[in-house]
Amino acid sequence: MGVDKFSPDQWVFFEWGTFHLNATIVFTWVVMAVLVGVSWLVTRKLSSTKDMTRGQNVLETVVVFLRAQIRSLSNQDPDPYLPFIGTLFLFIVTASVLSILPGFAVPTASVTTTVALATCVLVGVPIYGIRNLGFASYLKNYVRPTPLMLPFNIIGEITRTVALAIRLFGNMLSGDKIVAVLSLIAPIGPAVIMNAFGLLVGVIQAYIFALLAMVYIASGMQREDQMRRKIAAKVTAAGTAGPQKERNPS
Amino acid sequence: MTDVSIIGMCSILGAGLTIAIGSIGPALGEARALAEALAGIARQPDEASTITRTLFVGMAMVESTAIYCLLVSMILIFANPFWNYVVEAAKTGG
Repeated sequence: MGVDKFSPDQWVFFEWGTFHLNATIVFTWVVMAVLVGVSWLVTRKLSSTKDMTRGQNVLETVVVFLRAQIRSLSNQDPDPYLPFIGTLFLFIVTASVLSILPGFAVPTASVTTTVALATCVLVGVPIYGIRNLGFASYLKNYVRPTPLMLPFNIIGEITRTVALAIRLFGNMLSGDKIVAVLSLIAPIGPAVIMNAFGLLVGVIQAYIFALLAMVYIASGMQREDQMRRKIAAKVTAAGTAGPQKERNPS
Repeated sequence: MTDVSIIGMCSILGAGLTIAIGSIGPALGEARALAEALAGIARQPDEASTITRTLFVGMAMVESTAIYCLLVSMILIFANPFWNYVVEAAKTGG
């Protein structure tokens, strides 16, 4: 995309009434097709021995890496979270990496895509929390440490979702725009370097997005008694008299 | 000066100032976080993976204020609502 278009939403392929088929939707489909196609091709002939295809090796590495990250963050069996966190990570990573193809507009450089992804996290946190703790116990999280904190907890929930969306959007958009502006000034040299840097930023942002989603889910699943024990341990370790405030990671 | 030139000038000045001032704080904060993390890794190399992961998450959070500033300045440059309004008004007004 050049400097004339702010987001891929403005690049419209096809209009039919109020329905605009813009670049965001089209390139999201491309990313989906790549993910589904590669997974289908690789999982057609799986083997449980050492003698495996290269594709299976790559996918197993990804899955093992994600499982290790989730396990170390939540101290739990990663299986229930792997589909959700893994999908977020793989989608954003594929979208960022495909941006080196000429003519590909990164769908995550549109605020609609990132808000949709962040909304998935916003909905996912209570679903996992209720599944693990039960309805009442999960809702009690919101009135901790006192009911006075209820509005702040709710505001925190919303602002961290917005921050999640804007962080990814800003990083992707800035990478895109820096390359566009640099190619106006100098035709090839600096733009190539910034494009390579954009790849690194894209992968790191995908990692951070998935990690933060897991952190939010894990923080929504903490039990009250665990929390108390943790605070008590902290207080005794710090040697202070008063109870310390437990902050929400937001 | 005409309205258009005032709006254009203020937008570009505002965009430059936003990103210039807004990146000072996060830059200092991230530098400090990185320095502390490196010191931590030097003391305890076994904990390097945990420290690195926490560093990434922390940096992403510190960075978000800079990203907001970047976004504001980008909107001012590439998708300025005031500029678009003036251009539209000039078109319809003749």
